[in-house]
Amino acid sequence: MALTEHIIMRELEVPTIADFNVYLQHEGYTAWRKALAELAPGDIVKMVRDAGLRGRGGAGFPTGVKWGFLPKDVKPRYLLCNCDESEPGTFNNHQIIDRNPHQLIEGVIISAYAIESNTAYIYARGEFATAAHTLEQGIAQAYAAGLLGKNILGSGYDLDVYVHRGAGAYICGEETALMESLEGKIGQPRLKPPFPAVEGLYGKPTIINNVETLANVPRIVLKGVDWYRSFGTEKSPGTKVFSLCGHVNKPGNYELPFGLPLRELIYSPEYGGGMTDDRPVKIIVPGGASAPWLTGEQLDLTLDYEALAAAGSMLGSGGVIVLNDTVSAPHVAYKMDEFFKHESCGKCTPCREGTHWLVKVLHRMTEEGHAHPEDIPVLHSIYNQMAGNCFCLLGESAVMPIKSALALFPEEFERLLPAGMNGRTNGKHVIELQQA
Amino acid sequence: MKTVKSAAPSTDNRWRIVDAAMRRLGFQPHALIETLHVTQETFGFLDEDALRYIAATLGVPLSQVYGVATFYRAFTLKPKGAHHTCVVCTGTACHLKGLPEILAALEAELGLSPGGSTPDGKAALMTARCLASCGLAPAAVFDGKMVGNLTSATALKRIRQWVEHES
Ligand SMILES: Cc1cc2nc3c(=O)[nH]c(=O)nc-3n(C[C@H](O)[C@H](O)[C@H](O)COP(=O)(O)O)c2cc1C
Ligand code: SF4
Ligand code: FES
Repeated sequence: MALTEHIIMRELEVPTIADFNVYLQHEGYTAWRKALAELAPGDIVKMVRDAGLRGRGGAGFPTGVKWGFLPKDVKPRYLLCNCDESEPGTFNNHQIIDRNPHQLIEGVIISAYAIESNTAYIYARGEFATAAHTLEQGIAQAYAAGLLGKNILGSGYDLDVYVHRGAGAYICGEETALMESLEGKIGQPRLKPPFPAVEGLYGKPTIINNVETLANVPRIVLKGVDWYRSFGTEKSPGTKVFSLCGHVNKPGNYELPFGLPLRELIYSPEYGGGMTDDRPVKIIVPGGASAPWLTGEQLDLTLDYEALAAAGSMLGSGGVIVLNDTVSAPHVAYKMDEFFKHESCGKCTPCREGTHWLVKVLHRMTEEGHAHPEDIPVLHSIYNQMAGNCFCLLGESAVMPIKSALALFPEEFERLLPAGMNGRTNGKHVIELQQA
Repeated sequence: MKTVKSAAPSTDNRWRIVDAAMRRLGFQPHALIETLHVTQETFGFLDEDALRYIAATLGVPLSQVYGVATFYRAFTLKPKGAHHTCVVCTGTACHLKGLPEILAALEAELGLSPGGSTPDGKAALMTARCLASCGLAPAAVFDGKMVGNLTSATALKRIRQWVEHES
């Protein structure tokens, strides 16, 4: 059953909500006016925490709790909005900016006020020139209306919001790499701790949140915690914009309350509309390419943080990739790991070398048809050496496609081995590798 | 606020666009990525002169400028091996005044497409967003020389000269 009222994709109710004046006519910036007039920063932090809003950028960390980590009285502090959106299979942030940009801008403004910051940056992916332009325009309108700038609406509160263009690097979505990039440097992650809330941008306390996370904030502030919690589940309240793609009839972004079954997203005529040519589902990658795979047997799993984690996967960015039985699992793993190899920032050895070797071995198996007899244990060995040893989550994510493919579809790898090997290997060093 | 302290690499007008970008951002080191974007949009690629100039003006080590310029996918250094570069403008004015036909002719006659080079690798074709010469649209820069009112015939002629001259 589709939502009758959307929290994020409000363009479905108000098609021209991207227009500043239309947004104003539909409660636009009412939450901000209310916040300035009635709410102290701490009240907003509490509302967001009570609403149970969880970060939509991947980890699902409770937003209000994160905001509470800021050390008291250390200023300046910064708010960063992460719009690097480069996770394969994820394309909702971009659409939010295209269709409902002012709700994001209002969310950035209210959130900056809540964390007592006077400077916010929106980091837009380098390729998103149009999105950056839309945001710049929207921000200019907010300044012109006195909703941003010095002494906003006579409150004495000052806020500036800047759009920063990235330059094409997936790793810059990682929060500390994003900060390096904002500072004009190569986007390589920083060691944590210190965590950004304590020492972030320019060494100052910094909160970083995803686009969709921040776009939720005005609705929570305006309509209240109970209203917000009427959507979704107890532990995953609210809605999520899922990006559905792959072998489905209607790929696209769909906003669903948390807790509906995967089957509904894929098969409901209101969402995915079923599989192309009615073929069966073979692989589901539920949270962007970084999420461990699910299979067609798991369509009853519900789309919320807890259920997917319990099934050994994750909700991640909400990018749901659905593949049918025509795909070869080793080939899918190859393609995904090729992405991670390309995007590895090169800072740490397990990821830089590990992704290189994963791709090299997968390439000879799938593309060249020259698998070596020991390739399966070699693959296991490579990802085992990466897992838990990478400096940031990019390297850890690169483990997921190959590990999932080998666990779920081992026979497909065995079939690629030279004739007569029949899945068995004979070299002595291979046995050592397996034990490694 | 700092002012421009090192002289632009040449009298090319386009450096003024780069200077303006750096000035707008207060000549701060964090302006590096945006400055590289603007430079590439106006010149089509980043060459050594540009990197040195930006490093000196923003007070950032050249190694960092080079590192950033090579780390991010959006940036292109002058293609290695290409002796000649043609940067066509894909800005609005140039687009309206016939850029698509010129690109089609370069592709059909020389196998040259944006981001690529001629089969012998001697000449590379790149794009910029606006060369600040809209009055001369369509415009392109051939080895640093601005050419306005470009036609397919003149573009082909110039690039053929390079290719044939060198063989
Ligand atoms: C390699 C990598 C890429 C990431 N890319 C993004 C991204 O594009 N957008 C995003 O919001 N978060 C991304 N994240 C997660 C961020 O590091 C960070 O956790 C998030 O922006 C926090 O916002 P949230 O609490 O609102 O989810 C990425 C993380 C990693 C490790
Ligand atoms: S895990 Fe990969 S992306 Fe992360 S720091 Fe190491 S090399 Fe860079
Ligand atoms: S649009 Fe081509 S020079 Fe300006």
